[in-house]
Amino acid sequence: MNILVCIKQVPAKDAPLAIAGNWIKESDIGFEMNEPDSYALEEALRLKEKHGGEVIALSLGPERVKQTIKEALAKGADRGIHIADDNFAQLDPLGTAKVIAAAIAKEKVDLVLTGLQSDDHGFGQTGVLLAALLNLPHATLIMQIDVQDAKMKLKRELEAGWFQWIECPLPAVLTIQSGINKVRYATLKGIMAAKKKEIAAFAREALGVTIEPTQKIEKIYVPTKTKKTEFLTGTPKEAAAKLVEKLKFEARVI
Amino acid sequence: MKILVIAEQRQGKWNNASFEALVAAQQIAAAASATVSAVVIGKGVAALAGELAAKNVAEVLLVEHDLLDAYTPDGYCAALKQVIESAKPDLVLFPHTYQVRDFAPKLAAMLGKGMVGDCVGFRSEGGRLVFVRQMFQGKTAADVTFTGAAPWFASFQSGAFRADQLAAHPSGKAPVNSVAVNLNAADIRTKPLELFKEAKSAVDLTQAPLIVSIGRGIKAPENIAQAEALAKAMGAELAASRPICDEGWLPMERQIGSSGQTVAPKLYLALGISGAIQHVVGMKGARTIVAVNKDQNAPIFEIADYGIVADIFEIMPALTEELQKAKG
Repeated sequence: MNILVCIKQVPAKDAPLAIAGNWIKESDIGFEMNEPDSYALEEALRLKEKHGGEVIALSLGPERVKQTIKEALAKGADRGIHIADDNFAQLDPLGTAKVIAAAIAKEKVDLVLTGLQSDDHGFGQTGVLLAALLNLPHATLIMQIDVQDAKMKLKRELEAGWFQWIECPLPAVLTIQSGINKVRYATLKGIMAAKKKEIAAFAREALGVTIEPTQKIEKIYVPTKTKKTEFLTGTPKEAAAKLVEKLKFEARVI
Repeated sequence: MKILVIAEQRQGKWNNASFEALVAAQQIAAAASATVSAVVIGKGVAALAGELAAKNVAEVLLVEHDLLDAYTPDGYCAALKQVIESAKPDLVLFPHTYQVRDFAPKLAAMLGKGMVGDCVGFRSEGGRLVFVRQMFQGKTAADVTFTGAAPWFASFQSGAFRADQLAAHPSGKAPVNSVAVNLNAADIRTKPLELFKEAKSAVDLTQAPLIVSIGRGIKAPENIAQAEALAKAMGAELAASRPICDEGWLPMERQIGSSGQTVAPKLYLALGISGAIQHVVGMKGARTIVAVNKDQNAPIFEIADYGIVADIFEIMPALTEELQKAKG
């Protein structure tokens, strides 16, 4: 079973964000693998260990995303694909998906996995759009994958604690819900082995995809507050005492 | 301008976010002089269409077919593509539910269009619609506009609009018009099987008046005891954001957010929770929200009534002590 996992590199969780137009200043901040995608990668590695085949890690973005591809290779992916694009942040969801779909179409894969959404744009559309563009069946927010013959039985998460089993033929595209598995760490042996693994890199333009944007992010900004927060200051003891006072006599909730 | 709202039901029961999307549509219609129609899709859902006809809409389109009995992305996309091609709306709106995430981007793509998902608001600027959504896990907002020709597709985040503001029909009822769609069983590639809930929740957080909730800031499972002691001193239930339950540090039944429980307690104390959208939708209805976080820019402070910018490991024991003292 050959599995391609789409992995995005996003600003590190604690990175201070400085807004620049409709994106952020990328200098001076750290980047990491998009957490939802790390669950998709882990699931791909587990499926490979069970059913054989290869795992391909694909990422779209500037030169820096190679680091995240290398991390995937160190964890056990067999090879990488880097679609180089310094302006990836200006693509709309459909444009992003068209570019990635064109790269996937060159591969022979049984399963395409993505995380449920990215922690930067947060569009949450790439997996579903890849299915539409590649004319493959899909399912989203998957919590369990059982492969039998050329079919999968999938546990899909619904809202408010509900789940549903669904059957889906292969090949297919799945988006993986966070928490489906326990993500592994790269071992030293894995990191050494990754040095010999191939990353096929090419410019986005080389795919020859025509993109007509359907939407434009005009600007991003710090959201306006809907509530006026009263900040309580002082030593921890003072702040705690103030809070108890407020909760007891102002909010009257304790 | 013509707006089409795709309402959501499962097994004949509404997803209430549908009404919020209808309110969004009515407000956009008022700002941009548009008409609103609603679509009810499924099998045996005529009664639901009748219910929507009593709201302030121009018409209700009833889309029924045997193959739409249970939701499938292929079935819904094929049916709604035909509905949109015949109704010719300019704007198609959805509630941003898990089901909508599953099919709406594909539906838009099948028509060569894009979707702006998970919007929290809109503005009408001289006839041009600007949609507001969140980025970077709620740390920033983004103004998004559509480029290219209609129809445009957008979904609204749960809680972004208030369902109780839904306007009734001014003079009785809007017409309910059936729309016939051609569907082929062979085109529906996934097969939905049974719906189920995991083991019954031992705790019903929705009934808890006081909730102490922990997020990534708790750092390690051995630190949870400190939050438990605080919850005990307050007489509160302990809850968590998704990452804590994903790690298995607390059971899934204690998870608050879009994939967990939605609560509206008297007091919600968020410890080391940044305030990502998926968590906030599950607790923003709380009467009083207190946030403790060492990052003063954490989005949780945007909805907090009281905030303490500090290390939770300093605040938790201090607060436990103060609560015990207050109780005497």
